[in-house]
Amino acid sequence: MKVLVPVKEVVTVDDAFEIDGTAIDERYLSADLNEWDDYAIEEAVQLQEDGVVDEVVTVTIGDEDTEQTIRQALAKGADRAIRVWDDALEDVDLLDVGAKVAILEAVVGAEEPDLVLTGVQSGDDSFGATGVALAEAVGTQWAAVVNQLELENGADVASVHRELEGGLEELTDIDLPAVLSIQTGINEPRYASLRGIRMAQRKELDHQTLADLGVEGDAVAGELELTSMYEPESESDTTVFEGSADDTAAQLAELLREKGVAQ
Amino acid sequence: MSDILAIAEHRQGELRDVSLELITAGVELAEETGGDLHVAVISGDVDTYAEQLNREGVDTIHTVAYGEEFNHDVYTQSVTQLVDSIGASYVLGPNSVNGLDYLPAVATRFDVPLVTDVVGLETNEETLTATREMYGGKVETTVDVEGTPAVVTIRGAEWPVAEGAGSADVEAFDAEIDEDAIGSSVNGFEEVAGGDVDISEADLLVSVGRGIDEEENLELIEELADALDATMSSSRPIVDAGWLPANRQVGQSGKVVTPDVYIAIGISGAVQHVAGMKGSDTIVAINTDPNAPIMDIADYAIHDDLFDVVPALIEQFS
Ligand SMILES: Cc1cc2nc3c(=O)[nH]c(=O)nc-3n(C[C@H](O)[C@H](O)[C@H](O)COP(=O)(O)OP(=O)(O)OC[C@H]3O[C@@H](n4cnc5c(N)ncnc54)[C@H](O)[C@@H]3O)c2cc1C
Repeated sequence: MKVLVPVKEVVTVDDAFEIDGTAIDERYLSADLNEWDDYAIEEAVQLQEDGVVDEVVTVTIGDEDTEQTIRQALAKGADRAIRVWDDALEDVDLLDVGAKVAILEAVVGAEEPDLVLTGVQSGDDSFGATGVALAEAVGTQWAAVVNQLELENGADVASVHRELEGGLEELTDIDLPAVLSIQTGINEPRYASLRGIRMAQRKELDHQTLADLGVEGDAVAGELELTSMYEPESESDTTVFEGSADDTAAQLAELLREKGVAQ
Repeated sequence: MSDILAIAEHRQGELRDVSLELITAGVELAEETGGDLHVAVISGDVDTYAEQLNREGVDTIHTVAYGEEFNHDVYTQSVTQLVDSIGASYVLGPNSVNGLDYLPAVATRFDVPLVTDVVGLETNEETLTATREMYGGKVETTVDVEGTPAVVTIRGAEWPVAEGAGSADVEAFDAEIDEDAIGSSVNGFEEVAGGDVDISEADLLVSVGRGIDEEENLELIEELADALDATMSSSRPIVDAGWLPANRQVGQSGKVVTPDVYIAIGISGAVQHVAGMKGSDTIVAINTDPNAPIMDIADYAIHDDLFDVVPALIEQFS
């Protein structure tokens, strides 16, 4: 069985930042492996260690700079990686779900995985929809927000728990092949070992363009256009306690006593 | 004259609040487009749900009596057929775990735009403009959505629930469900274990987030909880890491709490966390980041390092 794990490099924003047009000024951004994808990688690698899966392949839509993040996934145990990038993607300021799916659909077509494990969402644009949309595009089954996965060797059904709201889980059987979106907490993602990091340098990381995949440039232009970005207005008027830690702690202590919740 | 179709959500025999919030969003949108608002309810006791959904501004309620609980294949097929039959331009659904389990598939099936987790909507004749957050709530953005039908999922508790009795027509919709295309089956539900403490009972919650950094630092928060005679709760990453049991988690997938005072320590205030604690009487945030989204709902804030403030606070009570 082969597993494909779409891995995204997300940007995280510094505490203090400035907005430049419809983007955050690059000086205040850093790159990181998407938190949810870390759990998807771990789930795939564990299935491989359990002998259920033969090969774990990652795919990332990203420029050359994302290779560091991709190597992290390889160091954690993925066998090889595909990186899709193209000049046509350079100018897209918001890669929407449809655009991501157009690319991933082509990769799934080429790789024919039995299982695709995405993260539930990415920490930056948080659409939370790519996995399910991809499943429909490639004509397989799916399940969103999976926090437990049972898969027997050679089985054609996966038994999953879907984490619903309010501490309730749905127990569902999903026909394979399928795309599952993986929720944090499903496992404990490993840190890459030194040996893993060394081995990752030698693993295959294949760069593909849209033309290589047979995807038209138009397909990635997207149907959503980002028109503005701003800091949200605060809804409450917050009282900020100022001063040293001793000062602020004293003010907070007074508040707690006033409210009658502490002596 | 664009028509709108809003899809209700229910679970285990209860209509969920977001269904009535969807009606409010739908009514607003219908006023702007001059079109009709259709509401659909699929599976379960649809007639009872239809009565509850019959609020002011709803033109037609479509019931699909097939199955009991949510099944994404049934929902995808039903909604696709409803959109075709009504000719709806906008499809509104909840940005819930189940909403995100079928609406992306609906959008893909029609090859139309999808915009999720929307907190504001506006339209003129041509374009739908959606407001949504990025970077964990640090910024808000507006996006123009081109093409119809467009599929939109709305964030819970952003629109008020629809009030006022309506006079909608209730119509049974005869969806043709292709059973061969159903590749998922729901076998049951499981409640996450309750455990020793019920955090929703506490008057004072000391709640810790990823800002605590290391498991051994949790002692500091325990000490604070002891000094204040408070109960300790947390955001999700603390539970995911196994540092605290699941019954301590506040939020969308954890507990909803409404203490007299909620002290959020090193918690950013992601929407899924806020969903569980925004009803607290008084919210205090201790966070080094003055721009953290938690500040938007905090009544009192300390913009400082928890490792300085918490020991000083313990000192105040010893
Ligand atoms: C389907 C779904 C369901 C979810 N359900 C839940 C849920 O029920 N509950 C929940 O909490 N989350 C839930 N989440 C996760 C949520 O999206 C966030 O990832 C999570 O709430 C972040 O937790 P946090 O605020 O502790 O961590 P972070 O977002 O990483 O924030 C850490 C904060 O600590 C501050 N900080 C760092 N160091 C210090 C210091 N020394 N002193 C003071 N402050 C410091 C930082 O400025 C930052 O604001 C869910 C997500 C999804 C997709």
